[in-house]
Amino acid sequence: MTRTLLQTEGLTVRFGGHVAVDAVSCAFEAGELTAIVGPNGAGKTTYFNLISGQIPASAGTVTLDGQDITRQSVAQRCKAGLGRAFQLTNLFPALSVLENVRLVIQAHAHQGVNLWSTAISHTELTEAAEAVLERVRLADQAHAVVSELSHGNQRKLEVAMLIALDPKVYMFDEPTAGMSVDEAPVVLDLIAELKDQRDRTVLLVEHKMDVIRTLADRIIVLHNGALAADGDPETVMASDVVQEAYMGKELEDV
Amino acid sequence: MLTKLLSGDSPRSVILSALLIAVLVCLAFAPFLFPGVRALETAATICIFIVLAASYDLLLGYTGIVSFAHTMFFGLGAYGVALASTHMGRGFDALIVGTVAGAVLAAILAAVIGLFSLRVRAIFFAMITLAVASAVAVLVSQMSGLTGGEDGLNYKIPRELTPAFKLMDDKLFGVRVNGKLLNYYLVFLASFALVLVMLRVVNSPFGRVLQAIRENDFRAEAIGYHVVTYRIIATCLSAAIAALAGSLYAIWLRYVGPDTTLSFEIMLDILLMVVIGGMGTIYGAILGAVLLVLAQNYLQDLMEGAVPAVEGLPLLPELLSPERWLLWLGILFILSVYFFPTGIVGRLRKPRA
Repeated sequence: MTRTLLQTEGLTVRFGGHVAVDAVSCAFEAGELTAIVGPNGAGKTTYFNLISGQIPASAGTVTLDGQDITRQSVAQRCKAGLGRAFQLTNLFPALSVLENVRLVIQAHAHQGVNLWSTAISHTELTEAAEAVLERVRLADQAHAVVSELSHGNQRKLEVAMLIALDPKVYMFDEPTAGMSVDEAPVVLDLIAELKDQRDRTVLLVEHKMDVIRTLADRIIVLHNGALAADGDPETVMASDVVQEAYMGKELEDV
Repeated sequence: MLTKLLSGDSPRSVILSALLIAVLVCLAFAPFLFPGVRALETAATICIFIVLAASYDLLLGYTGIVSFAHTMFFGLGAYGVALASTHMGRGFDALIVGTVAGAVLAAILAAVIGLFSLRVRAIFFAMITLAVASAVAVLVSQMSGLTGGEDGLNYKIPRELTPAFKLMDDKLFGVRVNGKLLNYYLVFLASFALVLVMLRVVNSPFGRVLQAIRENDFRAEAIGYHVVTYRIIATCLSAAIAALAGSLYAIWLRYVGPDTTLSFEIMLDILLMVVIGGMGTIYGAILGAVLLVLAQNYLQDLMEGAVPAVEGLPLLPELLSPERWLLWLGILFILSVYFFPTGIVGRLRKPRA
């Protein structure tokens, strides 16, 4: 019944003598939300970078839905169904909110090399973009320029662009970082919705324990670049390795 | 209809619209509004530099690529027409062959340079273009057997495009209807069409991707656009249009030489036109080109006229002497960049930003 959408096998990256991600082997099933936790510098974001292709792997493989993507470019992986939102807001600042989302949908519709028709004449792309903005409750800001948007709304747009991509694997890197208490739930509800689509898998790097408790089906713990624990939330959180190593410190933040 | 012609990219400012209409009307009726050889030369130069600056804007303003080889592509088009006309004899077939060959060669050369350098970093591209453009300029001046060296090439264009060809015996509104007039309208209409084509391209889905790459190439890649491919296509397109502008210039001047097409001064002029007019707008390149070409051609006259008015005053007559025109041009640039950091168009679209 369950299908493995994403798998890393011995995934490793070395920067000089420093091993940032150390032989991480892990499989992610459809319909599952996996939280990736660990102290700062544990290699969570680097692990993400290896999966999405921003950094080439020193060793190991990444398999997306049965297809080896280890040697593929960022753009190719994206087309293959890997979607990523970024920790630091990473948008097209001088363009409008609608245009940011529209660009994602346009990439999906393979209209990028269309040099002759006008962009605004593709109403189907625009409507699809508006629908996504409706979902993340940004429709009223559609024509605002991104650089003038509040931080919370920029985070929402980040999520909207990922939804517009409609990937098989969603990767969120601290999606609620810096968001206010009343804004964060909108984003978290959206992520929960994505998880309920049974044919997708969601990877979530997160520090907030309450978020992990509500959303995660499974937690993996990275420590010094290596996989330190893997299992359902109760087991992992109760495990000695986690408690001793750093969860105690993390739990104080809650 | 008008929206469609402008590809839905209206000027979005009353003053800007008025300025653009004024430019269009002046250029469309230049032979009748401003009689005289010199005025017509200026008008044709403006048309050609509008195309050249706009094609550079495609790179600099829309894609965020800095290139120093734009005059090289301009020169390729110009030398294409010149060489074809020299070796094939005068005729429209020579003009067409030269123009097409120049544009195709420019696109191929741009693709090669892009493949080598755009994969790495955008700044690397700027350095490579500088090197290649300098090498080509030296080659052209050294291979005098083929290119005429520093002297350039004089050649004959079809009689229908020269003053010797008379369409009507009578004057039309006091203007001789001859081949020179036809030649001007060839330049004007071709330039007009090329600007519309560029407006079309920058407002196409492709144009939006270019802007996305300019804004954040990392993210553009992450949402599935192969950035290098888009940068290379933009470079080729921009090079081909620059070459077409060069061909027009060669047809108009009936002469090409390193100074008129390949010099680094022209490269700087193009850069200034785009920056002063406003990057990433196409309309900015139009205004920038008009302003710069007018200043280069008429600032000296203006200063000459001003000298008697300030006679007797200390220092001023010295400063306003026509030989000092470059000083004033420089001051104009500094002021315009200081007061309009987003260019004239940026300023007009957002008056109080």
